[in-house]
Amino acid sequence: MSTTAAKKTTAVSLDAEEYAHPGNRACTGCTLNTLYRVGLKALGRDCIFAVPPSCLTVVQGLYPISSSQMPILNVTFASTAAAASGIRAAMKRRGKKTQVVAWAGDGGTADIGLQALSAAIERGEDLIYICYDNEAYMNTGVQRSGTTPKGTLTNNTLSGKAEAKKDVPAIVAAHRPAYVATCSAAFPLDFHDKLLKAKGITGFKYIHIHTPCPPGWGVEDRLAIAVGKAAVESGLYDLYEIENGRFRLSGPSQKLLRKKKLPPVSDYFAMQGRFKALDDAYLQAVQQEVDDKWAGYRERFL
Amino acid sequence: MNTIESGNVAAAMAVKLARAEVIAAYPITPQTPLTEKLSEMIDRGELDAEYVAVESEHSALAVCIGAASAGVRPFTATSANGLLYMSEQVHWAAGARLPLVMCVVNRGVGAPWTVWNDHQDAISQRDAGWIQLFVKDHQEIMDTTLKAFRLAEEVSIPVMVCYDGYYLSHTYMPFDAPEQERVDRFLPPFHYAHTLDPSHPENLNSVTMPDTRTDVHGETAPSYMDIRHNLHREMVQAIDRLEAIDAAFRELFGRGGHPLMEPWRCDDAEFVIVAMGTLANQFRDVVERLREQDGIRAGVLAIHLYRPFPNDRVQAALAGVRGVLVYEKALSYGNQGPLYGDVRSALYDCEPRPAVENFIVGLGGAGIRTGELYRTARQACLEIGRQETPDDAPHWVGLGV
Repeated sequence: MSTTAAKKTTAVSLDAEEYAHPGNRACTGCTLNTLYRVGLKALGRDCIFAVPPSCLTVVQGLYPISSSQMPILNVTFASTAAAASGIRAAMKRRGKKTQVVAWAGDGGTADIGLQALSAAIERGEDLIYICYDNEAYMNTGVQRSGTTPKGTLTNNTLSGKAEAKKDVPAIVAAHRPAYVATCSAAFPLDFHDKLLKAKGITGFKYIHIHTPCPPGWGVEDRLAIAVGKAAVESGLYDLYEIENGRFRLSGPSQKLLRKKKLPPVSDYFAMQGRFKALDDAYLQAVQQEVDDKWAGYRERFL
Repeated sequence: MNTIESGNVAAAMAVKLARAEVIAAYPITPQTPLTEKLSEMIDRGELDAEYVAVESEHSALAVCIGAASAGVRPFTATSANGLLYMSEQVHWAAGARLPLVMCVVNRGVGAPWTVWNDHQDAISQRDAGWIQLFVKDHQEIMDTTLKAFRLAEEVSIPVMVCYDGYYLSHTYMPFDAPEQERVDRFLPPFHYAHTLDPSHPENLNSVTMPDTRTDVHGETAPSYMDIRHNLHREMVQAIDRLEAIDAAFRELFGRGGHPLMEPWRCDDAEFVIVAMGTLANQFRDVVERLREQDGIRAGVLAIHLYRPFPNDRVQAALAGVRGVLVYEKALSYGNQGPLYGDVRSALYDCEPRPAVENFIVGLGGAGIRTGELYRTARQACLEIGRQETPDDAPHWVGLGV
């Protein structure tokens, strides 16, 4: 599929139909909720979801009430990509084009679900796999996951996590799937359009979304989107696509290439209670890393 | 069609005749030749199905769960640690009421590693909510697997067909493979009541509260415990369904008649040996010898349906005998053999209550010599009910040191 043809969706051109019902069980300010609402608009009706235990399980509702109009298979924590493969195999047998979507959190993707995910990519399953990364086990009350950044305070890293964030999109990309994209909940229309693109591609499609979580991150509800924007606009969290092995910065990150100076990453860290334990030396080191990374990007893409 | 093949191939032929459409499997000894055969059948175009070569047993059952939920008949098979690795999914499939069939090629579980046969793997899953059938020869592998698909789909409860690793999986025996056209008459196309379908969306297996809850139309929906109670009730009802399915099978194929348990020389028996799988066949020789050499009127009862346990039928089959000897290849560590506990419990209300003895044999493939079975059974028949204080601790047969 061509990368140039797609026209950008705007708030005006976005499908007006709502597939997710209002009044679900998401926390106030939950950005997963925004992603879910917008994501369903991109996916449309002809899809089936496989969902492991996660905040999304809660958002989708307690039996017998469901917060969306989608067929959903709730599955065990480690099995998302495998269960989705089973649904896909059945759709193939039944001659249906129905899009099968696995939608999991960071714990369900980076940690317990990584084995099944890796195998499904290796098999070249025709699936969309979405990981909403709120950078800890939020549904169980904020414990560190493989994608929790270094220094983060969680309920089991009381002095700050000692280890660095696991780069899951890079792990996925190493499998050479059909499509890899990173997104931010602060830019839901970018997510919408990447999802739309993924729908048109055959093979394994992986979308990783930086997903601010007000209670888990120690951020005021009203600032959830602002903090997500700060991560992208400071150059800390990059939005990109990898198609057929070709990497390119996309959407809001692509625009940063021509900016002379990006806002300091310390602004992003300062907005959040979970980073209270970070010292200046660490912040400077992160800033240096980000500066070097962008210098590299400018060399490569300008 | 009469043929001579291994037990694993008999199972694969049954799966093909059942027209399974999604096969998901991970290799483990002694199951491997079964799933290799299925992949070969697909590769040669003899079986029209998707083969999903998963990275683990946990994923194998996940694929089956996904496929069945999406309206297609799946199949998987495993053994030993593979079954234990998928245990979470085993419980999930039962709770989700998915009509799955899985062959468990019985093998002892590690540690220490063993690849040889016992029943600990399947027995460890007995409380998961699956129907468990144990078979004792190749014909039974074929016939029971076909019946298992129909049973699973009629009652919407998953079924395990358990057969002894090596004793059956890797030995060759003659058996009849029925014609496809007659199997098609016996086994209707796959049906699952809650198929995932965008035009009729449902949210399956979502979080269910401890109390009942009202849906948007004001109807009361069951609680978790209600849902689990239904599973239990319908599992017990599956005993009658299995008998009806066996009768239908018998009418079409001329075989069957003992879907729950199979008595052999039990009519006049004073002593009955109870066992599962190939062990029950081995005891036929023991029974002959007890009758001929010792004048002991013995019989053997092979339990085919282990879960749901047919309590009243077991009671009826054993009421009035003097002694019951339960030989088994599994153990509830620190207590006794699981089958022994079940049989003893079924006989509690009998008046007079038969004496029941427990023997543990063949763990991890420990040699089971017919002579030793004979000696222990003979001694038990002579002494049973005569001890001052009956001992319900299991007797171990075949220990080396």
